[in-house]
Amino acid sequence: MVEQQLQILRPETLIAEFKKIGVTHIITIPDSETNYLYELMEKEDWLEVVPVSREGESMAVALGLNVAGKVPVVLIQNTGMMESGDSIRGMALDTGFPLLMVVGYRGWTRKGHTPDSAAVYTEPFLNAFRLNYYLVETDDDGARITEAYEEAVKDKKPVVILVGDEYHGFNR
Amino acid sequence: MIESKEVFEAFQEHRGEAIVSVQGTSGKHWADVTTNQNRDISMGGAMGQSTAAIFGLALGLPDQKVVHFDTEGALLMNLGVLASIAGKKPENFVHFLLDNGCYATTGGQPVPNSEDIDYSVIAAGSGYAATYNFDDLEELSTSLEEIMSQKGPVFVAIKVPAEVENLPIGMRERRATRSRGQTINDLRSELGIS
Repeated sequence: MVEQQLQILRPETLIAEFKKIGVTHIITIPDSETNYLYELMEKEDWLEVVPVSREGESMAVALGLNVAGKVPVVLIQNTGMMESGDSIRGMALDTGFPLLMVVGYRGWTRKGHTPDSAAVYTEPFLNAFRLNYYLVETDDDGARITEAYEEAVKDKKPVVILVGDEYHGFNR
Repeated sequence: MIESKEVFEAFQEHRGEAIVSVQGTSGKHWADVTTNQNRDISMGGAMGQSTAAIFGLALGLPDQKVVHFDTEGALLMNLGVLASIAGKKPENFVHFLLDNGCYATTGGQPVPNSEDIDYSVIAAGSGYAATYNFDDLEELSTSLEEIMSQKGPVFVAIKVPAEVENLPIGMRERRATRSRGQTINDLRSELGIS
């Protein structure tokens, strides 16, 4: 029998947090757990979705939007985040602008062990880049998104939300 | 081929109020030609990502003409950005490519398949609204009015000679240029963005 969480993280929760923050653009490469979130975002007239071809582009596009006075958020998976190291360094950390990065935590498990190296190296990667991060697993954690963004604004640097949604609550 | 400085001199005649970004060894000549530094912006800083940053700027400033002078070495590092740009169809974006066929800043080693790539074909296949190819200054000069007036994204590939730098970086001539942060702050002030 498949174990189920009592609570899940609904895509609507993320969108409500994005609206509260004043997000204008989501720069994204979809991953397998965010399809329904993507569909919902496309329906919001206050939010422009910017699909990119490789995750490293996302921090650069976000920088350009920030210079233009917009409020971008990056939505990618941990695998792509690790591929984006030079862009995180050169486009986000070195320029010093507030950037919320919402990162799908592929391989995350609460059981302590994961066979997925994407999960094994995610937090060491973030620590190497000295990026603070918040884990969001259920709707109860949603307020951490606003908290993370406020930290990004205060410190003028990227702050990461790790979406540890192991039961695919983003899908319908 | 067209000398990079001649490209910039021809472009300057049609710049108007456009925001301009340059990069690479070819881009250094823009500093001698520009007449509106407050609308010049530097977005380099990560390998192959300045084009994506200028694309973001164009998306965020749809009422401003945004012009990027790219290089083929940088574009090859992130060729997928052509599809990203074409997908959002920024009408205000003009994307020049100064193609010298090599990594001039590291000694002139050729980029992969440097002799046989047609970047304008790649841009057209990615979905750019219009694409051009030039290796003659007169043809470029007579086309710039059309290039700058039509709806983007527009892609303009230009063959330029390599200006190879072989001295160690610490021994190269340094020009007094503004930092990336200063160009960002100056542009924001110019546009009234807080």
